[in-house]
Amino acid sequence: MKRIDLRGEVCPFTFVKTKVALEEIESGEMLEVIFDHEPAVRDVPRSVEAEGHEVVEIEKIGNEEWRIVIRKK
Amino acid sequence: MRDEQIKRYARQIIMPEIGVKGQKKLLESRVLIVGAGGLGSPAIQYLAGAGVGFLGIADGDAVDISNLQRQTIHAGNLGMNKAESAKKFVEELNPDVEVEVYPFHLSPENIRDIVRGYDVVLDCTDNFVSRFLINDACVIEGIPFVHSAVLRFEGEIMTIIPGESACYRCVFAHAPPPGSVPTCQEAGVVGATVGVLGTLQAVEAIKILLNIGEPLKNRMLHVDLLTMDFTELKLKKNPECPVCSGKVREIIPEKYAESCQL
Repeated sequence: MKRIDLRGEVCPFTFVKTKVALEEIESGEMLEVIFDHEPAVRDVPRSVEAEGHEVVEIEKIGNEEWRIVIRKK
Repeated sequence: MRDEQIKRYARQIIMPEIGVKGQKKLLESRVLIVGAGGLGSPAIQYLAGAGVGFLGIADGDAVDISNLQRQTIHAGNLGMNKAESAKKFVEELNPDVEVEVYPFHLSPENIRDIVRGYDVVLDCTDNFVSRFLINDACVIEGIPFVHSAVLRFEGEIMTIIPGESACYRCVFAHAPPPGSVPTCQEAGVVGATVGVLGTLQAVEAIKILLNIGEPLKNRMLHVDLLTMDFTELKLKKNPECPVCSGKVREIIPEKYAESCQL
């Protein structure tokens, strides 16, 4: 599974970099995204779903850290 | 795409119509802007900002103080050739964009060689001879182009996809008699009006390059910004059009005197 570490990035770059990473993988493949910007917990899944991808998992992995897993459409 | 480019074009990459794929397409695209005046200035500004990777800029005039009321990209460059001045602006705004300068007026002799190789041409000129030249050369070479013209508070814009939609000559067979139509020099123009129309030309170019939306094919948009009336005129290809029909395949210099009648 491809993994990108977006700790230190804020919106809209959290979504933009997620989108760039999604374009680099094949349909059906998974992408793991790690970030520490709180609003991205809502914004990234919503934007990713709006483009037709599936958000498989959203997990809080630290005090101010999250991990989401996306399956590319 | 480099990290800096991801940041620079973030607002476009976010959009489903553009994305990374569309942005890469823009970076690989070539647009020729004929005229770096009132229409060309905003068009150049937004195409460079959007990251269209190669811009050709043609203009034989020098920047005059009377231009700066509307041609804001030329700030600080009085006396410089307008194409050169525009190149300076583009280089400062976006180093991703390569600029080729044509610091002279296009003529029947050079127009086909210049437009060839571009994906889209913008007609940002201010006279009928140039409009007919650009139309005829682009139709013969099969290059999409966007026409616009402005006077006072009014403007018109149409997009021509050769072989597919009505061309400028389908609508206007020849130029009006000299002196019958005032020029911007006589009639005046509001800078913001050319700003609107030149910006619309940039939007049309981006749509054509990305093959998105509905360009102004077989339509002419006429805008009156004094009353804010936007009127769309439906256009049809003229089967008798000498250029569109394929009858005329060469640019004959003698035809591009006053009336431009073929």
